[in-house]
Amino acid sequence: MKPRTRRALWIVAGLAALGAASALVLNAFQSNLVFFFTPSQVVSHEAPQGRSFRIGGLVEAGSVVRDKDALTVHFRVTDTAKTIPVTYTGILPDLFREGKGVVAQGKLGPDGTFHANEVLAKHDENYMPPEAAEALRKAGHPIDRTAFAGQKGR
Amino acid sequence: MIPELGHFALVVALALATAQAVLSFTGAATGRMALMATSRSIAIGQFLFVAGAFAALAYSFVTSDFSVLNVAEHSNSRLPAHYRFAATWGSHEGSMLLWTLMLAGWTFAVALFSRHLPERLAARVLGVMGLVSAGFILFILLTSNPFERLIPAAEEGRDLNPLLQDPGMVVHPPMLYMGYVGFSVVFAFAIAALLEGRLDAAWARWSRPWTTAAWCFLTVGIMMGSAWAYYELGWGGWWFWDPVENASFMPWLAGTALIHSLAVTEKRGTFRSWTVLLAIVAFSLSLVGTFLVRSGVLTSVHAFATDPRRGIFILLFLVVVVGGSLALFAWRAPRVGLGSAFSPVSRESFLLANNVLLAVALAAVMLGTLYPLFLDALHLGKISVGPPYFDAVFVPLMAPAVFLMAIGPVASWKRARLPDLWVRLRWAFGVAVAAALVLPFVLGRWSPLVAFGLWLGLWVVTSSVAQLAQRLRTAPQATLGAKLRAQSLSWYGMTLAHLGVAVFIFGVTVVKGYETERDLRMAPGQHTRIGGYDFEFKGTREVPGPNYTAVEGTFDVRHAGSAQVIRTLHPQKRTYPVAGQTMTEAAIDWGITRDLYVSLGEPVDGGAWGVRVYHKPFVDWIWGGCVVMALGGFLALSDRRYRFARAPSVPAGAAARAAAR
Repeated sequence: MKPRTRRALWIVAGLAALGAASALVLNAFQSNLVFFFTPSQVVSHEAPQGRSFRIGGLVEAGSVVRDKDALTVHFRVTDTAKTIPVTYTGILPDLFREGKGVVAQGKLGPDGTFHANEVLAKHDENYMPPEAAEALRKAGHPIDRTAFAGQKGR
Repeated sequence: MIPELGHFALVVALALATAQAVLSFTGAATGRMALMATSRSIAIGQFLFVAGAFAALAYSFVTSDFSVLNVAEHSNSRLPAHYRFAATWGSHEGSMLLWTLMLAGWTFAVALFSRHLPERLAARVLGVMGLVSAGFILFILLTSNPFERLIPAAEEGRDLNPLLQDPGMVVHPPMLYMGYVGFSVVFAFAIAALLEGRLDAAWARWSRPWTTAAWCFLTVGIMMGSAWAYYELGWGGWWFWDPVENASFMPWLAGTALIHSLAVTEKRGTFRSWTVLLAIVAFSLSLVGTFLVRSGVLTSVHAFATDPRRGIFILLFLVVVVGGSLALFAWRAPRVGLGSAFSPVSRESFLLANNVLLAVALAAVMLGTLYPLFLDALHLGKISVGPPYFDAVFVPLMAPAVFLMAIGPVASWKRARLPDLWVRLRWAFGVAVAAALVLPFVLGRWSPLVAFGLWLGLWVVTSSVAQLAQRLRTAPQATLGAKLRAQSLSWYGMTLAHLGVAVFIFGVTVVKGYETERDLRMAPGQHTRIGGYDFEFKGTREVPGPNYTAVEGTFDVRHAGSAQVIRTLHPQKRTYPVAGQTMTEAAIDWGITRDLYVSLGEPVDGGAWGVRVYHKPFVDWIWGGCVVMALGGFLALSDRRYRFARAPSVPAGAAARAAAR
């Protein structure tokens, strides 16, 4: 084989490997994107069935109910316009409170209940998850008012 | 008074940093020795003033001076003393000052240890560092003054975020910043080389120890962050692919590629432009990391700064530094020149493959980290990219890199022959395969992924052993001791770092393969059994802490089927009244072969609690591997050829060129 042919072969092999790597990366990226929807969007059937997505909003006051003998919790998430029921089995993050912001990831059941497999921890009492804030803003809620007295103002 | 002095010291430091840049560049451009010679003393002065400013802030924190806004917002008089000190960098302002202090410290080190460098190169390196430093001090003074007064003074401070009240807070940020900022040195060397239009083996040898040092600190810093998240967040994970973690991991990947590319540049004079580009990329990613974490663009614990002016300043700074250096690269890189040719099978090729894989992995991590932010910034919707993406991408990219990592050091430079490599490594290969097939049975259960992971780790170990054996066979010395001493420290360092990767892989593989995580509801007196251990929940009681109150659970741990209690674990749920926050404090029985991990969730009813009980075999090897990697790096650093006191043993031609500059 001539040196030039050999070099060309190596370059082609290198490009093929790089192409394969890019395909792998982009494919994984495509299939692992998690989209975000507000409770209003979920209620109006904009969210996909059978695919994992995120919701955000406030935990409705007085809505948290625990099962007697397991770690299953039922609560409702609201963007102040619409509300959806959520169930989660497991241990909730420390700052999960009624009336506070929350973000959950999971799938929508056929009955309209959101089955969360992850409730996201936020680490600061004064900090509203951007997704939750977004949901409230979209629902036309004045975000920096009393309901969010905890939101940090500087 | 003290805060004002600190503020003033920072203003003086800004003036000095500017002078350092201007005088050094002017001197280098006009060839005036007197100007170039000033750069060292100015750099030392700049360091002293930044250190003074930092000391002033630390003093205000330790003495709880609540007339300083920053102290009032992030500290509390009931906070233990070491956390009051660590609270100095618990705020945005303080952490920026820490960043600047680190930069000034590295500049100081360069000023001290650059006497053997050509005067012009040293001046330019210090000039670039002065520019970066000036930018950061300006940022602090304009947008985030840590010394701002609060009048009237607060009675009591708002307290440090309880999550940060941990020994990790005392060491993790300084280590991480040491690493981040350490890449500024090789960045400055790269810019200086571009300005000179010349880059040779000597340049690479001067840059290498700085890069390795920064990389070691970054490795330790990331490892500490990971261990901290593991025991503090209370859910037992050690890496979450959180954007903040990725922000520190991206410079690490670039730095790792850079270390290897620098090796080729030093030994063979090849990869020059690529090395320079990597140096620019590594430091730029450190800046991007700072921007991501500090501008408040992320949904994360670290993003407590929410002032858009800061974001815009950092973004502008980023554009100037990254854009400027890339433009300089595009303009001057052709002058840096190409190296000698090498065959497709050679150590150069293996290192090239390593660099390509690391670069692709870096791009993949960057895509997953930044793409959601771009979409959000452009109002195209909110998305998130979770761990499944990173796992799916990262493992297939790193597996071949690790496979090649075991071969690379054995291959000869310029041209190697595959049959030779096979002859040298066939035993190592065979032993690794055999052990990987058997070991999963010993650990409990055979699975192909576990076997594959173990094989990768073992392959690194066995090939290192094969390489050592071969080196000892061919060494001319008479005794084994003399043969061992004859190997260079940098070779030992490299091998140790590679073994660290093996230890890390071993830890990850076994944890992923055999860990047991159970979230359950436990009433007092109930038992649960995982990983061959029996956990009995004895109940909870109230315990007071210095600045919190806690509910403490008691768990007796026994070997399954035995009556003897081997450990009693006390996980806590702490309430910090000042910040009004609740924190989970996991109880962990650390061990070389397994961790037992218990954390309290929430009270359910009738004295029962939601409880997490985890059995994590070999999890500590993950951090142990990182420590071994860093130790390897430090060992390589101490190699004699980097010693500054000794006259540089440059090949005659290079020395003459260096002298002629």
